[in-house]
Amino acid sequence: MSQSSQLSTDNADKPVIPVVNYLNADRGVWSWLTTIDHKRIGVMYLVSVMFAFLLGGIFAMALRIELLTPGPTIMGANTYNRMFTLHGVVMIFLFMIPAIPGVFGNFMLPLMLGAKDVAFPKLNLLSLYLYWTGATLALSGMIMGGTDTGWTFYAPYSTTTPMTLFPVLLGIFILGFSSILTGLNFIVTIHTLRAPGMGWMRLQLFVWAIYATSIIQVLATPVIGLTVMLVGIEKVGHFGLFDPSRGGDPVLFQHMFWFYSHPAVYIMVLPAMGVVSDAISAFARKNIFGYKMIAYSSLGIAFVGFFAWGHHMFVSGQSSTDNGAFAVISMFVGVFTAIKVFNWVATLYRGSIAIKAPLIYICGFLFFVVFGGMTGIAVATVSLDVHWHDTYFVIAHFHFIMVGAVIMAFLIALHYWFPKMFGRMYHEGWAMVAAALIVLGFNATFIPQFLLGNAGMPRRYYIYPERFQALNVASTAGASLLAFGFVIILIYLIYALVRGAPAGDNPWDSRGYEWMTTSPPPKHNFDETPVITRDSHSYQEPGEEVEHVVI
Amino acid sequence: MSSSDGGHGAHPGPHLAHHFETIEKQDYAVRLGMWLFLGTEVLLFAGLFLGYTVYRHFYYEAFHEASRHLDLWAGTTNTIVLITSSLSVALAYHAIKQNKTKTCAGLLIFTILCALAFLCIKGIEYHHKFEEGALPGVFYHFSEVTAPGANLYYTVYFLSTGLHAFHVIIGMSILIWILARVLKGEFSSNNYVPVELGGLYWHLVDLVWIFLFPLLYLI
Repeated sequence: MSQSSQLSTDNADKPVIPVVNYLNADRGVWSWLTTIDHKRIGVMYLVSVMFAFLLGGIFAMALRIELLTPGPTIMGANTYNRMFTLHGVVMIFLFMIPAIPGVFGNFMLPLMLGAKDVAFPKLNLLSLYLYWTGATLALSGMIMGGTDTGWTFYAPYSTTTPMTLFPVLLGIFILGFSSILTGLNFIVTIHTLRAPGMGWMRLQLFVWAIYATSIIQVLATPVIGLTVMLVGIEKVGHFGLFDPSRGGDPVLFQHMFWFYSHPAVYIMVLPAMGVVSDAISAFARKNIFGYKMIAYSSLGIAFVGFFAWGHHMFVSGQSSTDNGAFAVISMFVGVFTAIKVFNWVATLYRGSIAIKAPLIYICGFLFFVVFGGMTGIAVATVSLDVHWHDTYFVIAHFHFIMVGAVIMAFLIALHYWFPKMFGRMYHEGWAMVAAALIVLGFNATFIPQFLLGNAGMPRRYYIYPERFQALNVASTAGASLLAFGFVIILIYLIYALVRGAPAGDNPWDSRGYEWMTTSPPPKHNFDETPVITRDSHSYQEPGEEVEHVVI
Repeated sequence: MSSSDGGHGAHPGPHLAHHFETIEKQDYAVRLGMWLFLGTEVLLFAGLFLGYTVYRHFYYEAFHEASRHLDLWAGTTNTIVLITSSLSVALAYHAIKQNKTKTCAGLLIFTILCALAFLCIKGIEYHHKFEEGALPGVFYHFSEVTAPGANLYYTVYFLSTGLHAFHVIIGMSILIWILARVLKGEFSSNNYVPVELGGLYWHLVDLVWIFLFPLLYLI
């Protein structure tokens, strides 16, 4: 087990790590900070978003501990408000939006296209620096300014609260800029840097998903940038834009906010679906079922997602015509998601399934997406939403999508591509333990919240009636399991980074194009530009025998 | 776009970044990137246009009356100035494609002067509004328009023309940077994409004004 990190030349049959690769081609902190290598930028994103996730997780645990008892437990009302604001802003803007595109999009996209880098490498580094700047501003702004508005910054509360908001709003504006530049870079990369032989119908499904995501990033993010700046101006300058006492309309704020923030859900979840599409075919060892349908449904979700924002505002005084229209449009998201789910399940059917940690997360993902999606259909139904709006039912629903789907996919990607990124393997046994803990812990955390919401517990209160206590304790217990699972992952991944066994170039025997080069890849990805002669998810090429490789 | 700025004066052809196969592909990439970026700019302004539409619908009388109190002459002059500058930047692009470096530089200088003229006229207009008290939100104390919602007209007016003026300044800075590189002889008929991209950005600045002008001054 304890293979040293030094390469030994005598056992040639064992996998080895390439002596010179992107990780050690240049040395020193400065070479990392000034790199324009998409892989290194991806790794720096990985470290950054994991740190953000850790912070967001700590804030979440603080919330769960506060909710252990009906009365005040460890904090007062104000601290609680700040805490859920911190949790929301950090998890959404610092973790979830950049997580999969920033880390795995950056790292994998050029590899999957057979390219040497993204189209604009310097712009890519700028995105990362903007992310750091925005993250620092947002975090320090929230901690020092005592931001207590929730991540939604609803006017007129946000424009009248005594707390300081400008730094965090500016931070979000800058984070938006980072997100736009990443999306723009990816779209141009996919258009211009495909290797010879790679037509659009040969792109990996992860690439399709990133493409759809990037379109949303480019088109929706400017609107949130403007909106948060307007809130900032309103707060500082009292321009009256969202202030009813001066004729302004707070509902206008909600429209502008959700015009971005609903599609933002798909910025988070589409890359997650892309990860699953790629990984499921690798672990079922079978061609992906319904390639075109999965690809087009990503674009479908991106498109429909732009016209569904009003379902956040069923109780904000929209006309019933608007409510009905937004409800119907929202259902279409369910149709496209269902297309994907059926195709994923059909991919598993009669596959030669390799039960590895990523597959456990894939199963978790499928369950959470279906459960979260179905409750999404439920809350998109106007008559039901009127009862569930602003209750824990909604909290549980969107955590099923955001945690259940996105974080599962992040973990799938992390495990599936860990050997690709670092050339080493993590400990499979511990990975299985952590996967089991996380899938169970997740259910234990959020299923009680559905029940709480249905029983009428509203969101964003630090105290609650005594009859809700049992379920709240259950939820906190689940969250502890979840947290424990993440700690285990952190430990075995750090251990694997240093002492893990060399994984070989393609430990999963995957047909994804990113595995065509060595693991970890050389600095410029490919020694020669690859020529693509097969489809990306093809485990059974014509004339080739069906392989059932045991991995 | 950063990856095309490698020309070193000595050789007129553009620098080909290591990850592109051909100059044509690289040029296509930077153009596509620029068009996407312009798309984001349009959406940035879209929020303010939405605000305008909603509040015009809410406070039709006030918006109608307040728009009569903008300086139509200044607005029209500025429109002509910007359209002329759009023409000159297009001609500058045309000139550099034919290796007429001096003509290109002259036209760029003219464009930059137009941008300055625009900002001066806008400044005078703003000054006038400040004196009248035709200001956003709480600062509004303009006696001639008292219909409810008039303060919101000036909120939208200052926000949208302010954001536009900010873009004029950015566009002007880009054109100055390009002018400096034209004067250094970096561009030629082989290498003109940055001039084209700067011109595209300037056209966007112009185009936004083409929409702002009738909405704020004419209707």
